Amino acid sequence: MSKMADTQQIMLGNAAIARGAYEAGVKVSAAYPGTPSTEISENLVQYKDELYCEWSPNEKVAMEVAIGASFHGVRAMASMKHVGVNVASDPLYTIAYSGVNGGLVIVAADDPGLYSSQNEQDSRMVARAAMVPVIEPSDSEEARVFTKRAFEISEKYDTPVMIRTTTRLAHSQCLVNLEERQDIPDKPYEKNIRKNVMMPAMAKARHLIVEQRMKKLSDDGYDLDLNRVEYNDKKIGVITSGIPYQYVKEVLPDASVLKLGLVHPLPKKLIEEFASKVDTLYIVEELEPVIEEQVKSWGIKCIGKEILTVQGEYSANMLRKAILKQELDIEPAADVPARPPILCPGCPHRSVYHVLKKLKKHAAGDIGCYTLGAVAPLEVVETSVCMGSSISTLHGLEKAKGSEYVKDWVACIGDSTFLHTGVNSLMNMVYNKATGTVIIMDNSTTGMTGHQDHAATGKTLMGDDTYMIDIYNLCKAMGIEHVVEVDAFDMKKLEEVIKEETARDAVSVIIAKSLCALHKDFVPKGKCKVDTEKCKKCGMCMQSACPAIHKDKDGFAQIDPTMCNGCSHCLQCCPFGAITLTEN
Amino acid sequence: METKNIMIVGVGGQGTLLTSRILGNMTRKAGYDVKISEVHGMAQRGGSVVTYVRYGDNVAEPIVEEGCADVLIAFERLEALRYAHFLKKDGVLIVNDVRMDPMPVAIGAAKYPENIIEDLSKKYKVISLDAKEEAIKLGNARVFNTIIIGVAAKRMDFDRDMWVEVIKETVKPKTVDINVKAFNLGFDFM
Repeated sequence: MSKMADTQQIMLGNAAIARGAYEAGVKVSAAYPGTPSTEISENLVQYKDELYCEWSPNEKVAMEVAIGASFHGVRAMASMKHVGVNVASDPLYTIAYSGVNGGLVIVAADDPGLYSSQNEQDSRMVARAAMVPVIEPSDSEEARVFTKRAFEISEKYDTPVMIRTTTRLAHSQCLVNLEERQDIPDKPYEKNIRKNVMMPAMAKARHLIVEQRMKKLSDDGYDLDLNRVEYNDKKIGVITSGIPYQYVKEVLPDASVLKLGLVHPLPKKLIEEFASKVDTLYIVEELEPVIEEQVKSWGIKCIGKEILTVQGEYSANMLRKAILKQELDIEPAADVPARPPILCPGCPHRSVYHVLKKLKKHAAGDIGCYTLGAVAPLEVVETSVCMGSSISTLHGLEKAKGSEYVKDWVACIGDSTFLHTGVNSLMNMVYNKATGTVIIMDNSTTGMTGHQDHAATGKTLMGDDTYMIDIYNLCKAMGIEHVVEVDAFDMKKLEEVIKEETARDAVSVIIAKSLCALHKDFVPKGKCKVDTEKCKKCGMCMQSACPAIHKDKDGFAQIDPTMCNGCSHCLQCCPFGAITLTEN
Repeated sequence: METKNIMIVGVGGQGTLLTSRILGNMTRKAGYDVKISEVHGMAQRGGSVVTYVRYGDNVAEPIVEEGCADVLIAFERLEALRYAHFLKKDGVLIVNDVRMDPMPVAIGAAKYPENIIEDLSKKYKVISLDAKEEAIKLGNARVFNTIIIGVAAKRMDFDRDMWVEVIKETVKPKTVDINVKAFNLGFDFM
């Protein structure tokens, strides 16, 4: 291998952020999994001999863990998806006032195009409101370098710093240079109540400091190495940042470009100077016109969202059409059936939804794989807002419509989401005399994001055994008398329990338990097979949308043995006993 | 060298990520600049997934644009049709000739298009094979994607031995032998 190969690696944007944090000497990292941020912690853990990292139960906790570490003089990081920033925004807004001791970096991963999210919010808007500087890299190598710079800026300006990524950056790979880990000595802890206790009198004084700090950073942005001016032909000038920079380089290789690495606060003087040197100025940024509106407010003429969308991801072709007005000779896309995501073969959520549908119950849903209970043909999940909301919205509908009305409804929430913010909502149900039924769909992992451990799995991110929080006893301890554990695949028992508990005039919790079929510890019971002699082609086995089952050319049900996980759901649905399970 | 654009499309769970990892390691070994872009998260649960691999002297954007793909590798027929318009006029389409019904088809809300391969062959250079069938014959249905890589490899710029080396380095140690067999089978197909 060449010498270069030893110091370079192809890395995901997220892996590069982890590498950058490692090289920056980060000592504490906390996160809650969320696409597209999850792989940051999953990569950071490889350096566990030299740092501490954890899955926290939610993003607010993660942020506060990082803040605690920073108070006491070590470099710390919290990473989360964009909606996680909302959960963590309470500490974020106030730590901006206190500032830091050890460098404090927050990674916010936005999802333009909604690959795996419930909204398309722009974290730069949150950072502006919280008065937190934002750094935005354009590829994996920059993600590594900028992460290191983020820690330095955090300490130099005494402020938390946000690194904003997007799905495309987080989940793209390119060559990354590797450097040694820096030896960053811990800073001494200094008792400083005026800085670190945000009561009104202290916060009033700190607010002024925050304003001065942002002004200074904006001024210093003029020659900050994170911002780069590439002067070429001056007929067209583009201000851009992040992944859109790459599209600009594809489409306008000869244009002049101001590539911003620090996107908040904006380097006003640098932008004014750049704008004065080009004939037509475009602003190319995904999602909200954050840069554009500020630049326009300074009286600078520029073109942005007049021709570019605030929705979804950008692409080079989009810029060719919008800026160059090119007619592209591209075949139209074929009109084909959509392929939405679905519950996997052997997924324990399927049986729960099947039974709820049979009983004509409605589900207040939550965030996780089980949100797919809203998709045809299941269509049991009728509402879903954010992490933990199933339980509180169930409570709200009962208070609005009464305890008879709520008997037709249940809340459906996963184990990881329950521990994230569902617990508070359940406490509220008990406290405020609710009578609804909560189903905790416990597949013993954080499923959607790729099987991360949580407080009830008995393992930490660093791989150590730990106390396994007992969800059953946690519910009991809140004073809920009726907590029932059921095997998620035992549909007869599920039906019985759901009928009984929804009829009850008291809060009840049903824990429908079975390991996620994609989990590394999952062992399939065997394979299910259809006996075509007995199959009446009724289609009952297909009503819960198992992707392993389809009709053969004669209309008989057929189970793909390479996909089947032997969960026996279909077997229980077949009225003719035509499906058998061959156990391993 | 002008940047080469490869796309891998399929159904979440079929192993598009392993395929892109092999391609990425290959282009890297050959000394090119490379960018790869993939889909994680919800779509991986049986949804339509797409991975982009771009390599050359200096690669800017990490995605392949419509009308720009040199090679489109489709792990399923309907997905081949969904993304065919990403191909260049003289692009090569390699299709795993299997049908996986998406949920709208399975529940009767939509029809699975007929004659996909025939229709696409009128517009593009198409190579199709039932790699899953071949993989089952080899003894592991999951290595179908390595067979497809073999087919694609023959249409790309790198040395056969180098491919085998990269596959050995990339797949799980236990599955090296069967993956190399699968690759060779694909490489020698047509």
